[in-house]
Amino acid sequence: MSTVFIAFQTNEDTRPIVESILADNPHAVLDEQPAMVKINAEGQLVIKRESIEERIGRNFDLQELQINLITLSGNIDEDDDQFTLAWKN
Amino acid sequence: MDMKANKKKLGLKEKYAHMTRGLDWQTTYQPMDKVFPQATFEGIKIHDWDKWEDPFRLTMDAYWKYQAEKERKLYAVLDAFAQNNGHLGITDARYLNAVKLFLTGISPLEYVAHRGFAAAGRNFPGVGPRVACLMQSIDEIRHAQTQIHALSNYNKFYEGFHAGAAHQIERIWYLSVPKSFFDDAFSAGPFEWMIAIGFSFEYVLTNLLFVPFMSGAAYNGDMATVTFGFSAQSDEARHMTLGLECIKFMLEQDPDNLPIVQKWIDKWAWRGIRVLTLVGMMMDYMLPKRVMSWKEAWEIYFEQNGGALFNDLAKYGIKVPDCITQCTVDKEHISHQAWCTFYQYAHASAFHTWLPNAEEMDWLSAKYPNTFDKYYRPRYEQWREMADKGERFYNNTLPMLCQVCQIPMVFTEPDDPSKICYRESDYNGEKYHTCSDGCKHIFDDEPEKYIQAWLPVHQIYQGNCWPEGTDPTAEGFDPMAKVLEWYHIENGKDNLDYEGSGDQANFAAWRGAATQNT
Ligand SMILES: [Fe+2]
Ligand SMILES: [Fe+2]
Repeated sequence: MSTVFIAFQTNEDTRPIVESILADNPHAVLDEQPAMVKINAEGQLVIKRESIEERIGRNFDLQELQINLITLSGNIDEDDDQFTLAWKN
Repeated sequence: MDMKANKKKLGLKEKYAHMTRGLDWQTTYQPMDKVFPQATFEGIKIHDWDKWEDPFRLTMDAYWKYQAEKERKLYAVLDAFAQNNGHLGITDARYLNAVKLFLTGISPLEYVAHRGFAAAGRNFPGVGPRVACLMQSIDEIRHAQTQIHALSNYNKFYEGFHAGAAHQIERIWYLSVPKSFFDDAFSAGPFEWMIAIGFSFEYVLTNLLFVPFMSGAAYNGDMATVTFGFSAQSDEARHMTLGLECIKFMLEQDPDNLPIVQKWIDKWAWRGIRVLTLVGMMMDYMLPKRVMSWKEAWEIYFEQNGGALFNDLAKYGIKVPDCITQCTVDKEHISHQAWCTFYQYAHASAFHTWLPNAEEMDWLSAKYPNTFDKYYRPRYEQWREMADKGERFYNNTLPMLCQVCQIPMVFTEPDDPSKICYRESDYNGEKYHTCSDGCKHIFDDEPEKYIQAWLPVHQIYQGNCWPEGTDPTAEGFDPMAKVLEWYHIENGKDNLDYEGSGDQANFAAWRGAATQNT
């Protein structure tokens, strides 16, 4: 199985996002680097709008992820409720 | 009065469909193939442009909103950096030489990428890639402008920034390496451009360029560079996705596309890896505080991540490029070979060089246990000895350049690190030289293209690299001085050793003034 990853700038906006991702993807591994936080996961990684909204207490549009996104790897599937990264092999 | 909107907004997928695909039409006054004349000559067959997938489904309204937010954040940091003398917070002014290399070598590529994606967007008959290329084109000019703007702050204080991002890229010998890479891609057709830049550069290689560079900037206290870097990088996920979608689309549209796509992947992987030699050197030698070695970055971002990508593409019949065998050997050598070259040619470079100190050499030994002590440490020790005796070594002959990647012939044979590697091809009764099997293969496939290369060393010997009005027959004519003048390198200020430079003296004095009252 291949590893997918996503990396964000380390800041106040991304802290709840990273928390949600780690909570929703128990197999994910956190890698903190200078100014950057990277999340690695075997196979796939799901980011859920609802989980982020619970933490920030307001509506969240998944396209807001783009503001603090640094890089990612894997095939993307995005709709209004979730953003998925996966290598399907 | 508060109006409550009860109707549910359009979902992401519907909105994207209406606002992009829904706006396209078939031409009637002119046939489509006349309107899109570049769509077929490369041999790529497309049957149904509507099959193009756009995972991000970004529309212009959302695009402006998020890009504006990125700009606000960026300029807030840049203002704070300038107002608080942020430049004195960096680890050591040696670090700025990496930034000079970035400004002169990478920022101009952002501008060419802007033009290239605008052209690709114009030339694709399908609306999906056209919209994605349009946004990438705007992203790329934003990158060029924000980088130049952010780094202009350093020009107030340090040498080597005064020529900006535009002048030297067309002139200086080592900058022809990244320039020729983009020229090669831009002078190809739109599909090859997408494989070259959208896929190989953005998907396979960009992590190796931006992530270590920007983490390196963060580690070395350069808030301005980190911020523009990450701001640019935030667009990158979209660019990488465009590259990947484009390749999958071509492969799904027609089985005849496979060999063409594979050839381009092989070519552009090798071309890109050669360019990244400069990044390897920056990571191993130019950051006073290191993040990780080039070899480690290569293993994470190319071997592991690239491996996952190629596994995914295997279902289409795509194979890992052949050059990987050589890259596995090269990853232990290229950064050292590049820095040794710049040390020898520091008089002709627009930044300073230095010999690694004892602690840095130990770091290099630990990171490169198979090669550093055996091949490179002795060389640095010898140069240190010479410099201490007042005989600092400069190489005063001009090297032969590779006809394809334009890097001087400084790399060694894959099976013998003590022997310079070069290959020879004949074309129309002339001999052409390349640095490797990879570059020779690219040359032999399209010799009529690469014989036109503007090779800086040849151009110097032909007398094309002096300021206008130079008389080479005049008494006391000094060709090297004239070349530097034409490069806009101020001899004795921008070039030579860091040790003894104005940057070194000023940084020490200013930092002293910032922490003391005298
Ligand atoms: Fe860019
Ligand atoms: Fe080459």
